[in-house]
Amino acid sequence: MSAAKEVLTTPVVKNNPIALQILGVCSALAVTSNLNTALVMTLAVMAVTAFSNMFVSLIRNHIPNNIRIICQMTIIASLVIVVDQILKAVAYDVSKQLSVFVGLIITNCIVMGRAEAFAMKNPPGISFMDGLGNGLGYGAVLIFVGFFRELFGSGKLFGYEILPLITDGGWYPANGLMLLPPSAFFLIGIFIWIIRTYDKKQVEAPEFEMAPNTKKEAV
Amino acid sequence: MSANNDTIGKTITVTVLLCVICSVVVSAAAVLLKPQQEANKLLDKRTNILAAAGLLDPSKSVDESFEQITTKVVDLETGKYTDAVDPQTYDARKAAKDPQLSEALPRDKDIASIKRQANYQTVYLVEKEGKIEKVILPVHGYGLWSTLYGFLALEGDLNTVVGLGFYSHAETPGLGGEVDNPIWKAQWPGKKVYDEGSTAPVLGLVKGKVDPSSPNAEHQIDGLAGATLTSNGVTRLIEFWMGENGYAPFLANLKAGGV
Repeated sequence: MSAAKEVLTTPVVKNNPIALQILGVCSALAVTSNLNTALVMTLAVMAVTAFSNMFVSLIRNHIPNNIRIICQMTIIASLVIVVDQILKAVAYDVSKQLSVFVGLIITNCIVMGRAEAFAMKNPPGISFMDGLGNGLGYGAVLIFVGFFRELFGSGKLFGYEILPLITDGGWYPANGLMLLPPSAFFLIGIFIWIIRTYDKKQVEAPEFEMAPNTKKEAV
Repeated sequence: MSANNDTIGKTITVTVLLCVICSVVVSAAAVLLKPQQEANKLLDKRTNILAAAGLLDPSKSVDESFEQITTKVVDLETGKYTDAVDPQTYDARKAAKDPQLSEALPRDKDIASIKRQANYQTVYLVEKEGKIEKVILPVHGYGLWSTLYGFLALEGDLNTVVGLGFYSHAETPGLGGEVDNPIWKAQWPGKKVYDEGSTAPVLGLVKGKVDPSSPNAEHQIDGLAGATLTSNGVTRLIEFWMGENGYAPFLANLKAGGV
């Protein structure tokens, strides 16, 4: 089972789909203004990546090579619709906040990336674990970003008041930027920085080197 | 991936099988979960109506609290109740898109920027011993980014506000999104929509804070800081829906007792 454990845990820090591969950033900006939506989105993406990997892997020996992307898409899209329907039935409020972003899991590069890169070549069990792991990696970033955005943007965590806001008679002036999607850029940037400080291997080689300033003497 | 997967026969077989299985799964999920989803939608709407009227009682279930509310459909032009549609199933938001059930508003009349207005609107009444205690009216209008949908509740005098609540909008969080702030919403109860004896709505948001000593304070609400366009949108939607093209004829009939 060590292989299974490895595919489950590597995507969380060592090969994080958002932090290293920079995939799926769009929805990470949109659904992280509070922890509730971030958590539900994480679960939805985990379910979709895990099951799409499993089903793609199950029929991988029968998928015609020419239409493999379409076949993966069909499976992913069906799973996303099922997840969306379930959310609407059991968690109506959250699904209202997530609105189109559940449907947009279909276009999340992580899901298709894993189906194409992993599930097409590996057996179902381990593919399922790989999907679960990548969902976890995605979720780790979402929860990190959601935690700071909700805490500093509205003084709450999971809807419970932590820092009483001035507008509600407390002392904390809410940071409006945190509630807007661009703040997630800063937070994801910081997250990537922290990870690369801890794991130096992830730092990319510089694309060019600065040449020494040769004109300095001439002036 | 052996080469024989790429024959025309195999390609078609796999495609057809995959599509059939996926469509069965998707339709099964949609059909099986439909009743639960409809129930959620209804519950959500009822909660919003009760919240606007200040009738949300945590000790009772939403459906129980909703029993005191009568649902009626009003023909906006005549201001009278109509039997043309079923009040339980009529959806004014859908009707506003249907050319048979709605009318395009000319630009000079469309102060709330809603473009089309349904001919009929659902209204909710709280009656006690034949007298109207509260009237809850659905309102909507354009803010900065989005159309704000909400309910405005009035007292039995059809002038004093009981509450205002928006259940759907996409205004900037922290700025225009403060229309959901309970402290801001707490200013609405007790405000008057009309001047004594007039039918032109004067209730609206002002820039900055309301001066309580001003003679107009009963018609004014604090503007939303940093959200001038959302504030204007809220003022205009009140002006529109409480005016001649909105519920004014209905409220006049209700006051006269002949609906």
